[in-house]
Amino acid sequence: MHVRRTIIVCYSLIIVAPLYFVFVTVFKSSQAFYASPLGWPAAPTLDNLGKLFAGQPIWRYFWNSIQVTAGTVLLVLLLGSLISFAIIRFGGAAGTVLFAIFTAGLIVPSQVNMLTIFALARKLYLSDHLGGLILVSTALLLPLTVFMLTGFMKLLSRELIEAGSLDGCGEWSLYWRITIPLTAPSLAATATFLLVMVWNDLLIPMLLLNGKSKLTLPLAMLQFRGEYVTDYPMLLTGVVVTSLPLVLLFLFLQRYFIAGLTEGALKG
Amino acid sequence: MRNRKLLWIFVLPGLLLYGVVFVYPTVLGLVYSFTDWDGFSASFKLTGWKNYHSILESIVFRKAFWNNVKFMAAVVAAQSVISLVLALLLVKNRKTYVFLRALFFFPAILSSVSVGLIWSFVYDPAIGLLSTLFQTLGRPELALNWIGDKKIAIYSIAAVQVWAHAGQMMIVFIAGLQSIPSELHEAAVIDGGSRWRVFRKITWPLLAPSATIVLAYTTIQSFKAFDLIFTMTDGGPNFSTEIMTTYIYHLAFSSYAFGEASAGSSLFLVLLSVLTFLQFKALRAGRISY
Repeated sequence: MHVRRTIIVCYSLIIVAPLYFVFVTVFKSSQAFYASPLGWPAAPTLDNLGKLFAGQPIWRYFWNSIQVTAGTVLLVLLLGSLISFAIIRFGGAAGTVLFAIFTAGLIVPSQVNMLTIFALARKLYLSDHLGGLILVSTALLLPLTVFMLTGFMKLLSRELIEAGSLDGCGEWSLYWRITIPLTAPSLAATATFLLVMVWNDLLIPMLLLNGKSKLTLPLAMLQFRGEYVTDYPMLLTGVVVTSLPLVLLFLFLQRYFIAGLTEGALKG
Repeated sequence: MRNRKLLWIFVLPGLLLYGVVFVYPTVLGLVYSFTDWDGFSASFKLTGWKNYHSILESIVFRKAFWNNVKFMAAVVAAQSVISLVLALLLVKNRKTYVFLRALFFFPAILSSVSVGLIWSFVYDPAIGLLSTLFQTLGRPELALNWIGDKKIAIYSIAAVQVWAHAGQMMIVFIAGLQSIPSELHEAAVIDGGSRWRVFRKITWPLLAPSATIVLAYTTIQSFKAFDLIFTMTDGGPNFSTEIMTTYIYHLAFSSYAFGEASAGSSLFLVLLSVLTFLQFKALRAGRISY
């Protein structure tokens, strides 16, 4: 019993300590921080926050990230669920081949084709354009999405769809009025998983975006680092502020986050 | 009646996007690997296997490969042990345990850039959390330059990867543990089995599927690492944390050796395919029933 408690307490400290010190640093002036980097803020101040928002177009970065994340997640769920539905409905050879075509992409991570995506995006005018980033991210996430959603839709009783079909539903109603509502919990878990991936993605935005006004949050943070080099209070304030939306979502939708990230782990 | 035409319309937009933005670039990458393209010029010529020869002979590429192996070995060993121990400790659905599970899982939702910046602070040799801690404990010799010392930098980053993802793998183990019928345990305990024997003879074999998943996932994730290293050290000091992905990135975007970088990507893909194939086989073999 003692051993169990000791391990749990130690691991909790390992997880919490860095987060705690990052959090208190937000409320320290630079001098207070360098005088006592780990101490409690003696005279808590909101200067770092003020300076960060005054010096950087943070709201714009947020808005960019929100647009890219919402756009990509919605588009990839729509395209992916349509494809998965068709794979299930086709069945047989056509279904198998389609499934194989899409899931083959699971082997190829974006680190492998980052070079050609970079080159191609410039040619197709998808560079430096949030819409272009949404299209590229969607294409890259389709294999995983199709893989996960086909798995979930397979679990859905075939008979339900067949019954709907006999009642005279067309493919569109079978998809929209039967399959989507019945797989809603799995769709929600998949959505949170994709949300975390897109919101946090560094590589693809880095390859496609250059203009300062187009940056997403992870890129913006790398830029703060360049600007504030070792001004930790400013740097860590940036970390806290830009992580906040997902942290808040996590507090409310924990269950979906854990299910989603785990499903993703199992399937990806 | 299935309306096949309509179903094809469902597939078409996704297939088109996937073909143009994913499949085509992947094939194109293979083509570039046999050329001397610099990434910008309008023309380039075929050079055969030259890029492959030069990258395989490159000292930095070899170093990057071994760094990949070190990083992977460290992350896989630490992450699977830690996540299994945590899962065994927190498997019961008590309120405090459910809270702790969420807490331990939490770092997985932060971006690698955030995690990298947080840990750059923790590892700072002058004012960081770790150095200060060791100095307060009266052990200043342990206050190392964690990511600035080329002997330990790669392991320091491996530790960060484990910090961020062990909780996520813990959840996979907990799901596996909770799917083992409890009658099996009870029967074993009634039969007088010691805790360790029950674990070895019952829990562990039945946990094999989850263990395989955790091992396979951790191996492939750590092999593909990029963001964390890019944020924390960008391959330095003296290439001691350079892994294949960061090396390919530097070749293409700092040295403009696009063709050679493409050859590196192809080699990386081959290695990754082998790992994925092994993962697939392991997952098949790991599927047992009770």
